[in-house]
Amino acid sequence: MGHFLLHTLYALVRQPGRPVHVLKQIRFIGAKSLFVIVLTAGFTGMVLGLQGYYTLAKFGSDGLLGAVVSLSLIRELGPVLSALMVTGRAGSAITAEIGIMRISEQIDAMETMALDPFKYLVSPKFIAAMISLPLLCAIFDVVGIYGGWLVGVKLLGVNPGSYFTEMYRSVEWKDVWSGMVKSFSFGIIIAWVGCYKGYYAGHGAEGVSKATTESVVLASVLVLVWDYFLTSILL
Amino acid sequence: MNSAKLELTVGIFMLIGILCLGYLSIKLGKMELLGGNYYRVVARFDSVSGLKQGARVEVAGVEVGAVERITLEKESGDRAELILKIKDGVNLTDDVIASVRTSGIIGDKFIKLKPGGSDQMLKEGSKIRETESAIDIEELVSKFIHGNVD
Repeated sequence: MGHFLLHTLYALVRQPGRPVHVLKQIRFIGAKSLFVIVLTAGFTGMVLGLQGYYTLAKFGSDGLLGAVVSLSLIRELGPVLSALMVTGRAGSAITAEIGIMRISEQIDAMETMALDPFKYLVSPKFIAAMISLPLLCAIFDVVGIYGGWLVGVKLLGVNPGSYFTEMYRSVEWKDVWSGMVKSFSFGIIIAWVGCYKGYYAGHGAEGVSKATTESVVLASVLVLVWDYFLTSILL
Repeated sequence: MNSAKLELTVGIFMLIGILCLGYLSIKLGKMELLGGNYYRVVARFDSVSGLKQGARVEVAGVEVGAVERITLEKESGDRAELILKIKDGVNLTDDVIASVRTSGIIGDKFIKLKPGGSDQMLKEGSKIRETESAIDIEELVSKFIHGNVD
């Protein structure tokens, strides 16, 4: 797996794929994930607003709701949940696509024609994931914050001024930056695991289905484990 | 696939993403695009226990700046040295009194500035002479219970 990553990074630097391939992958990984990201972000923010309100109201500090919602979204939930959604939606598809090309011997055909599969298949997906994930995470954060606002302010009657003032006061540049670093690295993980599992898929339809399952499970686990280590480094 | 439509979809997605990123980093992250319009003054305190970097600085309850850095004073090594950044256009007299206060009972610590009557104004890098340290509630209570032991 390490060798695969190194080979891809080498291909990225030496001969990045054609822009149109990257654009197609951004459309697939990023733009088409937009709907599911907005939906999950909205409900995550709303449930944070609901839970946060009832916990904070016990201490009479429901004015801090904005800080709670925005900090938990920006630091942890935004990067992690958006990465998990993209793993389920795009990571599986990447594996299936490359896996089917592998079992129908299209990858071998490319190699025979001296076309580097890393250049045409793998590196556009890497670039697209590295660009799309931070953007999706930013969208997740903003939608989630407004989801929390909807429940906290509109439904439960938290003062709208204190929701936003506490939020602006408690969130720092470091929080935003670390969230973006996280989701950038999650992008690499998703593309890496997805492509690797597809590239070395076993034989037949069964091999592809096994590779796809493994890719989703492995990418999700890696995202959560890496999140822990990255948090302990960045904090 | 129609390439104009492809570019449009990707463009819209990138635009939304970058807008959200901009909102997060500029509005929430308080990224200062132009270095910010602040001047800095130094204040030394006996204790700033509980004060955090980025804590707000107030005059009459209005936020006029933030605590930029908290260090130990170099010469003596037993006092705290704060660097406060104050918005340009906020004029402070050189006999201003800086004190560490708490918002509410368990709230955040902040710096309260109380301007005096001098006609000399503080400039970039000048020093606030009059300071009051944080009030330590535990110390007060223990004084009250044990008498003046200290």
